[in-house]
Amino acid sequence: MNNLGNYDVIIIGGGATGAGTARDCALRGLKVLLVERKDFATGATGRNHGLLHSGARYAVTDQESATECISENKILRSIARHCVEETDGLFITLPEDDLDYQKKFIDSCLKAGISAEAISPEEARRMEPSVNPSLIGAVKVPDGAIDPFRLVSANILDARLHGAKVLTYHEVVDFVRSGNRIEGVVLRNASTGKQSVAYAPVTVNAAGIWGHLIARKAGVEVGMLPAKGSLLVFGHRVNNVVINRCRKPANADILVPGDTICLIGTTSDKIPFEDIDKNEVTAEDVDLLLREGAMLAPALAHTRILRAYAGVRPLVADDSDPTGRSVSRGIVCLDHAVRDGLEGFVTITGGKLMTYRLMAEWATDMVCRKLGRTALCTTATTPLPGSKLEKRESAGERKHFISMRMGEKGAVGRHGERSQQIEFNNASDAALVCECEQVSVAEIKYAIESLDATNLVDLRRRTRMGMGTCQGHICAVRTAGILAKSDKVNHQEALSDVASYVNERWRGIRPIAWGDSLVEAQFTRWLYEGVCGLSEVATNKEEKI
Amino acid sequence: MKIEHKNISENNFEQCTKCTICTVYCPMLEANPLYPGPKQAGPDGERYRLKNAAYYDMGLKYCLNCKRCEVACPSGVRIGDIITLARAKSGKSSHKLRDAILANTDFVGGVATTMAPVVNATLGLKPVKRVMDAVLAVDHHRTMPKYSSEKFTTWFRKNAAESQKQYAKQVTYFHGCYANYNYPQLGKDLVKILNAVGYGVNLMEGERCCGVAKISSGLMEQASRDAKRNLSEIRKAVAKGEEVVATSSSCTFTLRDEYEHILGLDNHDVRSSISLATRFLYRLVERGEVRLAFRKDFRMRAAYHSACHMERGGWTIYSTSLLRMIEGLDLVMLPSQCCGIAGTFGFKKENYRYSQAIGKSLFEKIEELGVEIVSTDCETCKWQIEMSTSAKVLNPISIIAEALDVEETRKLNNIQLINQ
Repeated sequence: MNNLGNYDVIIIGGGATGAGTARDCALRGLKVLLVERKDFATGATGRNHGLLHSGARYAVTDQESATECISENKILRSIARHCVEETDGLFITLPEDDLDYQKKFIDSCLKAGISAEAISPEEARRMEPSVNPSLIGAVKVPDGAIDPFRLVSANILDARLHGAKVLTYHEVVDFVRSGNRIEGVVLRNASTGKQSVAYAPVTVNAAGIWGHLIARKAGVEVGMLPAKGSLLVFGHRVNNVVINRCRKPANADILVPGDTICLIGTTSDKIPFEDIDKNEVTAEDVDLLLREGAMLAPALAHTRILRAYAGVRPLVADDSDPTGRSVSRGIVCLDHAVRDGLEGFVTITGGKLMTYRLMAEWATDMVCRKLGRTALCTTATTPLPGSKLEKRESAGERKHFISMRMGEKGAVGRHGERSQQIEFNNASDAALVCECEQVSVAEIKYAIESLDATNLVDLRRRTRMGMGTCQGHICAVRTAGILAKSDKVNHQEALSDVASYVNERWRGIRPIAWGDSLVEAQFTRWLYEGVCGLSEVATNKEEKI
Repeated sequence: MKIEHKNISENNFEQCTKCTICTVYCPMLEANPLYPGPKQAGPDGERYRLKNAAYYDMGLKYCLNCKRCEVACPSGVRIGDIITLARAKSGKSSHKLRDAILANTDFVGGVATTMAPVVNATLGLKPVKRVMDAVLAVDHHRTMPKYSSEKFTTWFRKNAAESQKQYAKQVTYFHGCYANYNYPQLGKDLVKILNAVGYGVNLMEGERCCGVAKISSGLMEQASRDAKRNLSEIRKAVAKGEEVVATSSSCTFTLRDEYEHILGLDNHDVRSSISLATRFLYRLVERGEVRLAFRKDFRMRAAYHSACHMERGGWTIYSTSLLRMIEGLDLVMLPSQCCGIAGTFGFKKENYRYSQAIGKSLFEKIEELGVEIVSTDCETCKWQIEMSTSAKVLNPISIIAEALDVEETRKLNNIQLINQ
């Protein structure tokens, strides 16, 4: 078995929490190994609204979460500027809602430190023309949008810049233990099947819903209640301001504009543990999302839908409830030495995308305590790579920005000042690979070389390639060509990667396959299967998700 | 299975299925790598512009507004309209004065006709062209259109207006700037044909420029003002039961489509009453309401060039079918392609080379055929082809008027004049 060496800390999970913890540990001078069974942000991190919560949603029901959210909201605006869109948000009251709730809502927001200002329906319609015009009240809050893929990528990048080692497609199959102490992990490389081992005095379980299974492997129980949430992606930005319903949190009551699209979500259904990798969106989910979505912005009823997807929230059972049915609120950071008598093992879970940095801080504090280190957390004030420069699309740099070619603009929007590393040397580098999302050849090359992307689906998360209107029918084959020229994959692998990529896109299209989206999908099929004969090279191997 | 019609997009740009056929039909894309192409400039770019106006691509200024992308699109996406609207919103011209002069074809034409001989002579002088090139960025290679010393409307009032009332049937003629200021003969030719088949011709009170040049230069407010005036005049004509015909394909296209799609003016009540003169005439012939007789001694060999807006309107077939009725005319079809001028586009210095590169293969084809006459329904195509080839260009209406046996036609149609 290949020995990957000794580390101060091993972090399991490449979601926002794991990536944030890896960064925090690395910034505090620890020798870090992060392992992820698939790619970054493949779990709940990449399967939510991408809402930069102000905390207003939780204000009435959960003051603690609300306070954490607004505090992290402010921090992310300054440390992750290239991931954040400062859109503001509205909480609207519709005629069927209770307008009295608005007062309670505003009071709770203010108590949590969230600025919440009641505005007139006219003002709300002016601020966001797509909003349901029959609204009877609105509250303006500092919501925003955040790109989780970019956020994780920036955390990973910074962790690596500070010496962390990162392994994607490496699954933890076992722990190295000595008595009641975890001393390392046994990993299996997903593509080669080969096993390797790595050692560290502390291992952090930051595996989201899969953390339940990881903990069980380590010999401890962390009770979790998987709750599936489905969302729909629309073809373009219908709204530029986040729209929420001003009522007790319910299904499908948040519409978030993110990059070139907008998202309605979510549903909430308890699912059994066997189903946590399925991520299936049902017809009922789609109906509910459309019905409720049109209540927020009627235009959604006649806007093209690109795809549907679902994620699983890692709700943690409250340790104090022996039935295991009540859910623990907020962040859960467990020292299993204290809780279960298992040394060298920490679980960080609960929380939400918004509080990933705080979760990482808590976990890192615990790791440092266990290692006897004293370095303090600096992640609240240290900008992530990409966030350091003022975004070039903003007013000051606008004149320069507007004269750029589209591929360059796309890159600046996505990678901030890191886009300076992307070399547009000639016309072919500047050429677009993904025309819907303005991703250039140069950006794809950069993502392959510098952002740990090894296949088309990874490249989608790093760049938005294939996330646009055509859902990859133009860019899949082009990107595979660039990938095949790198040393990461050979031609045959690139070809079968195209097949699994096209299948993965279809999975998300299928629940909403009608109208223009169905025409598009048929066209893709005709092109790839009919013209290129891609089904010949499609393998039966597990789809990359 | 029940198919529900939900979430069928009303957003025209979203109906694009990214088939990319439009890019194959774009004349500019091949000539100019700085142009992003119709798909990228249109539906693709639109999503980014909705995110932030700063994602506007400066390359959009190269769109010819030829609408060949729209003809090609199998999904009915109004690609050219999306680009024109984005350009009006975010595009900036580096030569505002030049654009205003080129776009205000009616104002400039009105001034120029009053001193036509001087203007024509001056605009032909090399030093003047150099100055226009340097100061106004109007390319010095261009041959400027000639102005007539008598406007069509002046001629009409003096010589034709009175006699039109003798005809039982009436039609309104939208002459446009070209027939009025540059080539009144075209208007006279139409009057000759329509009178011969028993139609009296009326002009609109205070017709304004259709606005096609203003729209492509982004002067939307001016264009809207003129358009509203024209629509109210067109409504008056339609209320009298008259159809409105135009001899310019671009004027016709603008009145019918651009008013609604670009300027946002509702013209649906009169749209079907506005047509290109050849379409109006052809349909009369087809319905058997009118018969045409041509001179036995007429001989001509000509090639027909389908202007871009003719293709967009689907009107080429009317012009060529009429021309084919002339026994003495040997008509050759040129391949359908843009000549490169695109209205005022090709006059602009920064566009000249693209303009000529786009038209090159057409010019070669014309020379190769050795035709003396090229026929087209578009006046700016005429300027481009006459400047770039040895051929003379005539509107189909002028060819028909020349070939028409007026006496015989009047007899065939049994024209009886109403005594005043």
